[in-house]
Amino acid sequence: MFGKLSWSAIPVDEPIDMIASGLMVLAVLSLLAWVTAKGHWRYLWREWLTSVEHKRIGVMYIVLALVMLLRGFTDAVMMRAQQAVSVGPDGGYLPPEHYNQIFSAHGTIMIFFMAMPFIIGLMNFAVPLQLGIRDVAFPTLNSVSLWLTASGILLTNMSLVVGEFARTGWLAYPPLSELKYSPGVGVDYYLWALQISGVGTLLSGINLATTILKMRAPGMGYTRMPVFCWTALASNLLIIAAFPVLTATFAMLLLDRYLGMHFFTVDGDGNPMMYINLIWIWGHPEVYILILPCFGVFSEVVSTFSGKPLFGYRSMVAATMAICVLSFIVWLHHFFTMGAGANVNGFFGVMTMIIAVPTGVKVYNWLFTMYGGRVRFHAPMYWSVGFMVTFVIGGMTGVLLAVPPADFILHNSLFLIAHFHNVIIGGVVFGVLAGYMYWFPKAFGFTLHEGWGKVSFWCWFIGFYLAFMPLYYLGMLGMTRRLQHYDNPAWQPWLIVAAAGVVFIMAGILALIVQLVVSIRTRDQRRDLTGDPWGGRSLEWSTPSPPPAWNFAILPRVEREDDYWHTKARAREERIAAARALVYEDIHMPRNSPTGFITAFFAVVTGFALIWHIWWMVALGLAGALATTLVFAWRDESEFEIAADEVAQADQAHIEAYWAGTAP
Amino acid sequence: MHRHATVALLLSVLTGVAGCTSGILDPQGPVASAELTILINSLGIMLAIVVPTILATLGVAWWFRAGNTRAQHRPDWEYSGRIEMVVWAIPAMTVLLLGGIGWVSSRDLDPPKPLASSAPTLRVQVVSLDWKWLFIYPDQGIASINHVVVPAGAPVRFELTSDGVMNSFFVPQLGSQIYTMPGMVTRLHLQADKPGRYPGISAQFSGAGFPDMRFTLEAVSRRDFDAWVAAAQGRGETLDADAFRRLTKASRADQPRTFRAIDPRLFNAVVNPGHETILPEPNPNFPGHDYPPLNKGS
Repeated sequence: MFGKLSWSAIPVDEPIDMIASGLMVLAVLSLLAWVTAKGHWRYLWREWLTSVEHKRIGVMYIVLALVMLLRGFTDAVMMRAQQAVSVGPDGGYLPPEHYNQIFSAHGTIMIFFMAMPFIIGLMNFAVPLQLGIRDVAFPTLNSVSLWLTASGILLTNMSLVVGEFARTGWLAYPPLSELKYSPGVGVDYYLWALQISGVGTLLSGINLATTILKMRAPGMGYTRMPVFCWTALASNLLIIAAFPVLTATFAMLLLDRYLGMHFFTVDGDGNPMMYINLIWIWGHPEVYILILPCFGVFSEVVSTFSGKPLFGYRSMVAATMAICVLSFIVWLHHFFTMGAGANVNGFFGVMTMIIAVPTGVKVYNWLFTMYGGRVRFHAPMYWSVGFMVTFVIGGMTGVLLAVPPADFILHNSLFLIAHFHNVIIGGVVFGVLAGYMYWFPKAFGFTLHEGWGKVSFWCWFIGFYLAFMPLYYLGMLGMTRRLQHYDNPAWQPWLIVAAAGVVFIMAGILALIVQLVVSIRTRDQRRDLTGDPWGGRSLEWSTPSPPPAWNFAILPRVEREDDYWHTKARAREERIAAARALVYEDIHMPRNSPTGFITAFFAVVTGFALIWHIWWMVALGLAGALATTLVFAWRDESEFEIAADEVAQADQAHIEAYWAGTAP
Repeated sequence: MHRHATVALLLSVLTGVAGCTSGILDPQGPVASAELTILINSLGIMLAIVVPTILATLGVAWWFRAGNTRAQHRPDWEYSGRIEMVVWAIPAMTVLLLGGIGWVSSRDLDPPKPLASSAPTLRVQVVSLDWKWLFIYPDQGIASINHVVVPAGAPVRFELTSDGVMNSFFVPQLGSQIYTMPGMVTRLHLQADKPGRYPGISAQFSGAGFPDMRFTLEAVSRRDFDAWVAAAQGRGETLDADAFRRLTKASRADQPRTFRAIDPRLFNAVVNPGHETILPEPNPNFPGHDYPPLNKGS
């Protein structure tokens, strides 16, 4: 009846596991109880869970990402604590079966369920506003993408309570991940969670790429798009090209595991090397999917807070698109040590270095953007300068690893771990946090507390260096990754320093929480009435904060790059509100739809049933998802109308507020 | 010569930090030395660009802060063809240089490429097992677990495969690591210059017993090597199909031991699971991938 599922799936004999899952279940239950007690369900369902509005979907993506940051970080704390004490043959407090799940979950969660939702959330929120349009190309599909991502997150976290997670590392290399060597449900949880959320990511990529390519405001030619939109375009094109590879690769591994096929097995002439190639053909573009939008955020932030247009806009665009293309021909540098041969290694090494050229250009362009400016050091700017300093170090160690013989001695060592955390924390995390603090007032109508933002920055910055510089050195001492225990006492002091760094990062995360709480409590003093708290340059700042459902009362006519900045300058000269004699029209907006939420519910049912081999439930889940789609397809009305009067009233109020807020 | 002095200086600084070092900072063979030199040179080339860039970033951000009225103000300056040219040229030229190093060194230090030496090359076959290393000496007709003895100053040709999951064979002080993969043979040439005991590890996660998958590479004089081979030929069991089946049972931290003789078909049988008659079933003892208790030795 219930396939492989039985009461023994709940690990009652493992205290750490039970406490962790107990706390998690308790937190979820108390949240649900609170929502019920306060009677917020109706509001939540109508305004958020079924929302198809890009801004709200963006916000929900980011909420997911922040929650998963806490989960992934808890794993990091446990790993660093383990390695700080686990010298000796049976050292440490975590047995290998548990430790191996933790590092697998840490990587999976941080990449797929922290970084990806954060990036997609920022793109969802900002791209339509920057393009001067009212929504993305496929609003309901957008909601489906969000909730499928949430399904993957839910399945991954369910593995903590029911069953186990993969113990194979975050990319689950076969043969280790094959049924023979990983007979438990851990790898199945991993595969199905990522298959389901991967579909969501792919749909999201198609949606945003279509939006950028087809739906820009009148006059918004490609060369007038803000650089964030360019980087978002590159990132979404990469999603469209790379995620199907991931899905196909995982599908083959699933066929091996479920139907006894031999794509990657040891016997039956399977070839595990093929999996490693395929997974990195997705995996390397993936890091650029993450970092390119962050480059876009930094471009917006540095330009805005320097009070200058971005230096070398065309260079930046060219560099972005060059990275987009080149990222597909460097994958083999993840396994120079497979023995592919001198010329193959040499080629991929050189290609990898070439990708550093456009990246280097970007750093110099940000530098020259600041040159001649009046740099205002708000919190987003701290993250940006911190990024520029940190990222060049990570880029340097990356190029070092691209020299094949250097990689032969550094591959898989803690040097590698330090390198990719250097670029992921120093690049992606700093980038998304800069974007979070930059666009927060736009999303909610009040600014975040500056002081706590800067405290958070310094804790993260110092914590990063303390946690990862020792890892570079340990890699040179010959310490490899994923060690549950080790025998060299000389390593321990460095691992203790790294653990101390994690404490600083924890303080940084706490400061983020404090910042949010303090800002919400003092929101009345920090209202952004003008809609333009930073002196912005792109169109999102021409809307009220938070923007109305329709974003723009009248679609803007874009005449040049940094259009809003020039509009403001012109209006100031002429001292008139250029928007007085505007003609408003009725606006049609897409209706909210529970399609996404319900589809995702059935996706969780299907995924869970597949993991535990409960075949009748698989059929039920698939039928439910199909039925949901059919109901949506047969809908009668997909849009609702907002009367011109209502639009006019809101817009005129914003114009008044803007001039009241900026009048000298 | 000058370059080597710089390398030595950098090394002494790096080693000074830790007091004592091992790992890749203490190379004991030609491969490891060459790779460390390449690493340090590349690092030096890049630091020459990276350090000024970091300083310039901090300097520009500080000097053009909003409160500094002495700073030049050019609010509309957004393009300069000359600067753009320099900006593309700096990383491009750095990469041109490093790309040259990468391409040439990739060919020089390709693991399957034999090392030039007047001494005869020793051939060792390596099989990674759950979770131990099996070293087969086909020419000497012996085998050993978790302990590989080689003559100092002579090249060693490793032929590596895996029974089961992937691992990576790595002796940090001797240089290049290489994957061991089932159904596949990789080749690696290393040499230890001086007698000594050099720790070896698996550098590719392979399951629960992975951290204990350590071995020792011991380099000895040619005479001691011959004596070790003779001693090994005189004791222990024979490594035939049955003995190998017992070895495939998962264990960790196995004490080193040797086999007096080998079945010469064994390595090929492991590489071609199911195709060689002596080992009809690959890894017949499965399931056996669970975490074993610590092996205290006999």
